[in-house]
Amino acid sequence: MLELKLHQLDFPLLSLMIFLPVLGAFLLLFIRNAATARWIALAFSIIEIVLCIPMLLNFDSSIPHMQFGESAPWIAAWNINYRLGVDGISILFVALTTLLTTISIMVSWTAIQDRVREFMVAMLFLEAAIIGVFVSLDLFLFYIFWEAMLIPMYLLIGVWGGPNRLYAAIKFFLYTLVGSVLMLVAIIAVYFAAGRTFDVLELMNYKFSYTFQMVAFAAFFAAFAVKVPMFPVHTWLPDAHVEAPTAGSIILAGILIKMGAYGFLRFSLPFFPDAALSWTPAIMILSVIAIIYGAYMAFAQTDFKKLIAYSSVSHMGFVTLGIFALNLQGLEGGILQMLNHGVSTGALFLAVGVIYERTHTRLIADYGGIAARVPVYATFLLIITLSSIGLPGTNGFIGEFTILLGAFMHAKSYAVIASLGIILGAGYMLWLYQRVAFGKITNPHNEHLADMNLREVAAALPLVALVFIVGLYPNAAFGMMHTSVSNLIQHVNAKAQSAPVITQMIRTVTGN
Amino acid sequence: MPSMFQEFARSIMPINAEVIVVTTALLVLIFDFFLAKESKQYLGWFSLFGIISAAIATYKLMGANGAFFGGTFLLDPFSTFFKFVFYIACGLGILLSINYLKIEDIHRGEYYALLLFATTGMMLMASAGDLITLYLGLELMALSIYILAGFMRRDNRSNESAIKYLLLGAFSSGIMLYGMSLLYGLSGTTNLAGILGFLRGADLANPVLFLAMIMLVVSFGFKVAAVPFHMWVPDVYEGAPTSVTAFMSAGPKVAGFAVLLRVFTYTLEPLHAHSTVIISGLAVLTMAVGNIMALSQTNIKRMLAYSSIAHAGYALVGLAAGGPEGAASVMLYVCIYALMNMGAFGVVIMLRKAGERGEEIGDFAGLGKTNRTAAFLMLIFMFSLTGIPPMAGFVGKFYIFKSAVQAGLVWLAVAGVLFSAVSAYFYLRIIMIMYMNEPKGSFELTTSPSLALALAISVTAVIVIGVYPTNLLNFARASIAGIM
Repeated sequence: MLELKLHQLDFPLLSLMIFLPVLGAFLLLFIRNAATARWIALAFSIIEIVLCIPMLLNFDSSIPHMQFGESAPWIAAWNINYRLGVDGISILFVALTTLLTTISIMVSWTAIQDRVREFMVAMLFLEAAIIGVFVSLDLFLFYIFWEAMLIPMYLLIGVWGGPNRLYAAIKFFLYTLVGSVLMLVAIIAVYFAAGRTFDVLELMNYKFSYTFQMVAFAAFFAAFAVKVPMFPVHTWLPDAHVEAPTAGSIILAGILIKMGAYGFLRFSLPFFPDAALSWTPAIMILSVIAIIYGAYMAFAQTDFKKLIAYSSVSHMGFVTLGIFALNLQGLEGGILQMLNHGVSTGALFLAVGVIYERTHTRLIADYGGIAARVPVYATFLLIITLSSIGLPGTNGFIGEFTILLGAFMHAKSYAVIASLGIILGAGYMLWLYQRVAFGKITNPHNEHLADMNLREVAAALPLVALVFIVGLYPNAAFGMMHTSVSNLIQHVNAKAQSAPVITQMIRTVTGN
Repeated sequence: MPSMFQEFARSIMPINAEVIVVTTALLVLIFDFFLAKESKQYLGWFSLFGIISAAIATYKLMGANGAFFGGTFLLDPFSTFFKFVFYIACGLGILLSINYLKIEDIHRGEYYALLLFATTGMMLMASAGDLITLYLGLELMALSIYILAGFMRRDNRSNESAIKYLLLGAFSSGIMLYGMSLLYGLSGTTNLAGILGFLRGADLANPVLFLAMIMLVVSFGFKVAAVPFHMWVPDVYEGAPTSVTAFMSAGPKVAGFAVLLRVFTYTLEPLHAHSTVIISGLAVLTMAVGNIMALSQTNIKRMLAYSSIAHAGYALVGLAAGGPEGAASVMLYVCIYALMNMGAFGVVIMLRKAGERGEEIGDFAGLGKTNRTAAFLMLIFMFSLTGIPPMAGFVGKFYIFKSAVQAGLVWLAVAGVLFSAVSAYFYLRIIMIMYMNEPKGSFELTTSPSLALALAISVTAVIVIGVYPTNLLNFARASIAGIM
């Protein structure tokens, strides 16, 4: 099965990527000047992107193994090791994290005036913790990063957020914490059941009893479903998005909520394949509900950010739909759609941030006809809107198409209902664009709106580029993940062969 | 031929550390006469010196494992571990007090002497090999703390605190003695090892035995503030001088757990099947009441009082799990708890200045703007108390819940994690108020070298143990392996 390829490079690349931002954060503690703090944070985040280059270049996508591995004993008494590694799935998220962090720092350049240093410290810590989540191969280590990430995110929303930030911050924290602590108990139970190990690769090969799988899967599900967020535990997301500063929203939508889906891929499926199969119908139904419900709610929103937040619920429904279709198309589509959503929604929040900084309103009704005043901005928003809808030629199309393909192969009914979500998505996004950009200028404040400046264009450009690169040449992403995903599917199927009768029955009934 | 002095020195060798602490306390009382009112802080530094000397003495005796003075005093790795925790609690207690006592205008020498006597009592409790020694240690500790709680004698709340603590404490001591006398009546010995020997061959279904066990649970439950024996805690914690509250929330509670571990995982081990049921029940109740009541507090000391109840609940989960792992998890937990809780009280003390109590939670408003360091420290302690990694509080809780799962008490672990999620609400409220509210008026914090030192020690420990707990963990496990 999977193995950890140790010491591929001469230096511990992944550790460096985790601890460099931490070092940057410590450095910032000694900086008094806000401008210097901004530049230092930006420099560290750019170094992170630069570090991605040797990672992507040296990654061998033809083998499913964990690469750039590092392993060192940490808490020997509990058999806990500091183990890192990336495969074709996590490597993409690490790269996305470094990109979105840099963009977030750039869009906060003038938007954050209060306690700049602390803001940048939080951003760098957040980056470190998120990268840690994606590269950990020890459950204990993973949980440390998973929880530690809550601290900077909580502060980002709570300190630099909007008027209702206190409520949103605590809601975000409590929702995710309750889910996570249940997973913690399950992690401990897994540790004892598998003979005292937190090693993810060992656990993947361990065959847990069916009953154990069902319970443990549910506990892991509690943590991941809240994070995704799946219907009906999604209610923290609109609040958190609306109140968070632009940078917080970008990270939240772009990466944080992907961690839930990543958790399904990395832990739930390989550890508990039988339970995953048994739970599949329920999760598919929840995903479909999320798709339709999220889209439906998006129609009703008057707030720019809230609309995007609900569209996230809808899009993440596609992601979980693809993952739990449990076939190659579904999984690859799901993963690609996670990246796409990170790019497009990150860009959408960037767009909201840019305009909000000028007008200080997020109400859609306060806009209208701004395309004539800010053509660059309007073009940017249009590209992103189309990508979010899934127009062919953009990244969104590839992702949604592949997911629907996978879902269709799994069970036709889900695919049919989910495709309604795409239509609804086109509806609310185009309507949003129409209300914001077209028509006559109704709000006199928008008469002298300034267009995007160089810094903002620079932040937006990589995202726009990704929209087309992935849209026109999706193999850039698929090629990276393909071996890992096929391996995952083979693994799940091989492990689940001996599924109990009940699972077989459920599979027959649902037509899989 | 060895001289009489050498003979004597050898015979008191096992209690060297206790002797040093008591001697320091007596010297403090004597020096007190010669010091002017404004230079009492030297007594504090001298007491600290005494504690450090005692720590060195204990360190030199490390590895020893034996019973002395007719089996009444045990010098074993288990007691050594706890003594180090007591030194930390007492040392931090002294550091927190020096400047605070000046502000409260209660800077008197007895304060340090009483603190040291209380510490001696706790050391005896951890080392007790006999019910009588155990009781003596407990009373020495409790009596000293009754006085300390009422140390602000012109303050009504302080008086109320002392009286409440004394009355309820005396009551619980009575129950404890009753339980002990029943045990003695059954086994014919007060020696802990002797009782264990008796229980191994006894009829465990004896209702009197059961009654004795219940009485011990009740009385120790009082000492560690387990629900439903917690009623005294909020009032006593609120009324006592804050430095005493800080010490009280750490030292005596840890000592209580030392005794609980010694009695329930060693002496009454044959009764584990029974005691675990009762202790599990207490643990759930304690976590529930502590965390839920803390949600609605407006006074920071009362909030921390309920939080300390809740933390006793987590430690009880480890006790209910039992066995070497359960015991080691309790030891690790109480050590970490003492550090983070005293750190949090340290920040509370910073807010106290002449003419202003600084005890309302609202007084923390805007601290993140006016005093970044204090707010940041409080942030670390609050996240640690919630149990969020990478702070030490997480490691402590993790071990507790791990040992509970190992012992098959999964439901208890689930209850524990859910209640710690509840606790996030009130700990985070402090952070929210510090960082997300605007400051009210000007903010001049009281800082002093001693306070800064105490905070530096506790925050460093909280982070270092959180990131790399291996050493402390191995120490706790090795210490428990010595007696089980």
